[in-house]
Amino acid sequence: MSVFVGISPRRKRTDQLARVGLLAATLVALVPLVLVVYTLVSKGIGAISLDFFTTDPSGRFLGDAGGIKSAIVGTILIVALATAIAVPMGIGVALYLVEYGKKSRFASVVRYFVDVMTGVPSIVFGLFIYIVLVLGGVAGGFAGWKGSIALGLLMLPVVTRSAEVVLLLVPDTLRETALALGSPRWRVITRVVLPTAAPGLVTGSLLAIARAAGETAPLLFTAFAVKATTYDLGGQMNSLPIQIFNDVRQAQDRLVERAWGAALTLVAMILVLTLVARLIQRRSLAT
Amino acid sequence: MTMTPAADTGSETVTTDPTPADSTPPAAARSTPIATRAPETRAREHSGPDAHQTDGHSVTLTGLRAFYGDSEAVRGVDLEFAPNRVTAMIGPSGCGKSTLVRCINRMHEEIPGARAEGKIELDDRDVYGSDVDVVAVRRSIGMVFQKPNPFPTMSIFDNVAAGVRLSGQRSSDLKGVVERSLRGAGLWDEVKDRLGSPGLGLSGGQQQRLCIARTIAVQPEVIIMDEPCSALDPVATLRVEELIAELKKRYTIILVTHNMQQAARIADKTAFMLTGEMVEFADTEKIFTNPDDSRTEDYVTGKFG
Repeated sequence: MSVFVGISPRRKRTDQLARVGLLAATLVALVPLVLVVYTLVSKGIGAISLDFFTTDPSGRFLGDAGGIKSAIVGTILIVALATAIAVPMGIGVALYLVEYGKKSRFASVVRYFVDVMTGVPSIVFGLFIYIVLVLGGVAGGFAGWKGSIALGLLMLPVVTRSAEVVLLLVPDTLRETALALGSPRWRVITRVVLPTAAPGLVTGSLLAIARAAGETAPLLFTAFAVKATTYDLGGQMNSLPIQIFNDVRQAQDRLVERAWGAALTLVAMILVLTLVARLIQRRSLAT
Repeated sequence: MTMTPAADTGSETVTTDPTPADSTPPAAARSTPIATRAPETRAREHSGPDAHQTDGHSVTLTGLRAFYGDSEAVRGVDLEFAPNRVTAMIGPSGCGKSTLVRCINRMHEEIPGARAEGKIELDDRDVYGSDVDVVAVRRSIGMVFQKPNPFPTMSIFDNVAAGVRLSGQRSSDLKGVVERSLRGAGLWDEVKDRLGSPGLGLSGGQQQRLCIARTIAVQPEVIIMDEPCSALDPVATLRVEELIAELKKRYTIILVTHNMQQAARIADKTAFMLTGEMVEFADTEKIFTNPDDSRTEDYVTGKFG
């Protein structure tokens, strides 16, 4: 007859060892994260003031260096256009894959390329647009909208992948029910599938936007940078990542400080987007 | 059969409320060709289930065969579903009864690799004709599924209205259609004060009756029910069975069921299927008391299942 009391000392030791090891790994992984946030806040907070957000970089060697207004405006505009390009297209591709392509050979090929695109380094998208649109001289040289296209290309696979997962989660029985009610397929998609998947689609898109907003390389080759605030996506445009990239290479402390301030601003913007995405996701799980 | 008050209300509404302005000429409704994209069906005022005439519609299967890829799930079945009757399809799991009924409203072909051969006619209209609009077929032949499946993003009202909206019909009196459909499904009194709340908030039995309301809102001629009570408790099952007895006054009902008592309780005719073939089709009483085929007898007496 077996006895149910007493765990062997060896098992106890192994258990404790494993727990401590896992905890240690978690703590080690947290160290760089905490350090990044700490450095960012401690170095960047000093630069933050109202003027910092409401003035453009002055470009003067001495005196007031100016703020980052043009960079914030530029980032918002460029990313907004990129979103307008990538989100509808990405959701469209995902709809095709889930609703029509399914397991066909063509759909598998598309899926494969979307996966490959996810792994393409952002600088490659920048170079691609640089060669095709900037050197190609399509509507002039550097332009904000070309940056948007580069970012859009970067977002496209992310949006597509996340949208596909979410659309697959919509139960087939709902599609079947709608079809059996005498609904044409397009109306099944617009009235049943998309509304059911909406929270997930929004979350996936917001995360893609957050990812694109922080990219430097695609913009470096395409939107380039000007100091003044411009709302014209047809011309060169400043953006937060480029502002940081330029400032941090300067010899003057006040410019480096501005870079930290801009970095803190960018992280805060992305944090807000991510929080909104999480909120929407949680709400959809609750219902 | 006992009737609950709610079901009575439903039946009364049906018989006493044919709004003259809404009524469709019966002949026109009857001869709506499903072969065309049915412009007159769409254009005509959608007036809800009550405008539906009481003359029933029959469904005739001739040499129906259905396949999933290479495997043949239905092997040549001839069957006629009589107008305004409940016909039960019984048989063990995998015998092909669900596949057979899904061929009737052409839902079978939605499964990749699935196809059907043979002839299915709704009255004298060929369901599988080469120029038939499958969407029009499904409007004429409604379906209620095994698991109650209200649209999760929609309120009770919108779920019923979805029957109309999704099928592209227009209605100047959507509220009326929803009310008549809910009454028709014996659900109106239970939900009339909370039409805006989510359909998923109802109990399982109420959800299934909501799904029935959604189906009849489209004004079908035939209703297929694929094990509509298998996910319900006995009380909810009884309600739905009473409802089916009520619905057959207006619709031809094809009922797939695993529950032989259910078939015996509410079906006028019963078909017994085994491994894709129709073994016996007769009056329900005959199937359960004095079947011709020994396999039918073995099945209904529980010798195998």
